[in-house]
Amino acid sequence: MDLHEYQAKELFRAAGMAVNPGEVADDPAGVRALAEKYGGRVVVKAQVHSGGRGKAGGVKLAADAGEAARHAQAILGMEIRGLTVGRVLVSPTEDIATEAYAGILVDREGQCPVFMVSAEGGVDIEEVAATNPDAIHKLRVDPRYGLMPHQVWGLATRLYDDPALARQAARILTRLYGAFTANGASMAEINPLISTGGGEVKAIDAKVSIDDNELFRRPAIEAMRDPASETEADAKARAAGLSFVKLKGNVGCCVNGAGLAMATMDLVKYYGGEPANFLDIGGSSNPDKVVAALEIITSDPEVKVILFNIFGGITRCDDVARGIVEAVGRLGFSIPLVIRLTGTNEELAREILADAGLAAVASMDEVVQEAVRVAG
Amino acid sequence: MSIYVDETTRVIVQGITGRDGSFHTRQMMAYGTRVVAGVTPGKGGRSFAGPNGGAVPVYDTVADAVAGTGANASVIYVPPAFAAGAIMEAADAGLGFIVCVTEGIPVLDMTRAHALARDRSCRVLGPNCPGIICPEKTTLGIIPGRIVTPGPVGLISRSGTLTYEAVHHLTRDGLGQTTCVGIGGDPLIGTSFVDCLAAFAEDPDTEAVVMIGEIGGTAEQEAAAWVSANLDIPVVGFIAGRTAPPGTRMGHAGAIISGSSGTAAEKTRAFEDNGIRVAKRPAEIAALVRESLGA
Repeated sequence: MDLHEYQAKELFRAAGMAVNPGEVADDPAGVRALAEKYGGRVVVKAQVHSGGRGKAGGVKLAADAGEAARHAQAILGMEIRGLTVGRVLVSPTEDIATEAYAGILVDREGQCPVFMVSAEGGVDIEEVAATNPDAIHKLRVDPRYGLMPHQVWGLATRLYDDPALARQAARILTRLYGAFTANGASMAEINPLISTGGGEVKAIDAKVSIDDNELFRRPAIEAMRDPASETEADAKARAAGLSFVKLKGNVGCCVNGAGLAMATMDLVKYYGGEPANFLDIGGSSNPDKVVAALEIITSDPEVKVILFNIFGGITRCDDVARGIVEAVGRLGFSIPLVIRLTGTNEELAREILADAGLAAVASMDEVVQEAVRVAG
Repeated sequence: MSIYVDETTRVIVQGITGRDGSFHTRQMMAYGTRVVAGVTPGKGGRSFAGPNGGAVPVYDTVADAVAGTGANASVIYVPPAFAAGAIMEAADAGLGFIVCVTEGIPVLDMTRAHALARDRSCRVLGPNCPGIICPEKTTLGIIPGRIVTPGPVGLISRSGTLTYEAVHHLTRDGLGQTTCVGIGGDPLIGTSFVDCLAAFAEDPDTEAVVMIGEIGGTAEQEAAAWVSANLDIPVVGFIAGRTAPPGTRMGHAGAIISGSSGTAAEKTRAFEDNGIRVAKRPAEIAALVRESLGA
């Protein structure tokens, strides 16, 4: 789950990091008041889960409170990569001397958190990684011992030659690691980490993603979820425990297992069709999940056909068949269904479907070809 | 032969009294797996009823179960909040092979569990994996026994049901398996493609290997390079997720294209550049295996 910048900054401040001040508002009057409070010269930043906010016109400098309110008027309600801006963060401008980068991710290969710092901050770090990889310093943190003081000092001195600045950076990096582990993050980033003309080091941007698998034990983080950042279909899928990703095609897909679901989408494309979604109903065969899945798929007006591809292992085919029949009865949609069921209790499933006037085929290639044909 | 486990492997089940644990323990016992004990904290001293009148003792801790039964492997079906702890308990009790089926374990928990398992020289399969099956010998996990048959093919996959799909085609085409291994869909897994390839390379009965990968990470690329440098038997590949959009998690926590890395195209190229034939459809895998075996 991605956090908004202002939420990430709250976590950073709670961890004791030096972060520039700022508050959010959702209307121009609120922005004007905040700008006045901060002395007029402020930056107004759109709070949406998207990179490229600056390029999209979602980040503006204002010389006084009136200009801040006018920027807020333009930014609030703006769409950035399909997301509507509902809130802006207002912060006083800073006297920036240098811009650095600091971030922590989980390293798949090393199976541990990895720190990355670069004295070249304020720009897209992936671009730095591609064009000037030597400018990024990496440190794998052994989860058995955590981040050690000499390691932090090593990172901090890569960022600043001046020991006074490096000492401040070391404090921030230590606390960044603390915030990362204490909140179950999968990514925590400061870009840029600035030094000011007055010799202060602080974070002026913040980006945090929380590992979805941590949310069950972190209600305070779960409460930060922004309902506006999620489509109705995504929210419904999450509530029903389904993995769902909306795509652009017209073949609705309902599959058990993530790998098989991806392979099914690929096969739709292989036979000349376009998948409308990725949807994994998971290992259990609760008929309610099938009903929820069909509700989500049929709410997409592009969908011309719904393809079921079920390989029964733990999932029992008869349970899925019951779910399909129940959903068809309850939702009363007219989109054609093409169904493939094989594995556990396959024969029983075919009988249940046949009683409801539905047929099933046994192979994945057959069902996908049929779906692509029906979708036209 | 099989890799990692066989009919002599003495297995404990952690979470044996839970809904999933009890169901799959009975399936494993019916298949012939030597399940010697179960562990559920707070339920020690009970007996777990298996199929056909069989029963196994339930212990409070893995250490007690190992002391009481001489177990050397474990299968874990405990909920995500406790699963990393269960792995650490099994590794600490000296078990050499642990299968963790549980999906949804916090990644930072797994950084510590994997570190401990490495310190104890313990192999973890998974988490978020369907397990391992050696046809007609043993099964640890949830792979349905009736879709496999003995034969010369080794299979390694990051997925569950896609594995079943591929194995189903192999079996139907008369291509049996030495061992099928589901290594798991999580970003941090204990046993990699390369680990399994190295084990298959040591197995005289395995004459060909099928590798089923997916988007996310670089495990397939590393495996391809290893195959080219070390393996003499043919390998057939498949990669799921050609149509997956970048930056979006596709069900498995590990199935995500980050930036421009981890795409299906990149992995397919790595396979092909290293002499691994890549099936375009799951149904093609069996035909490519048959051709490479010259059978």
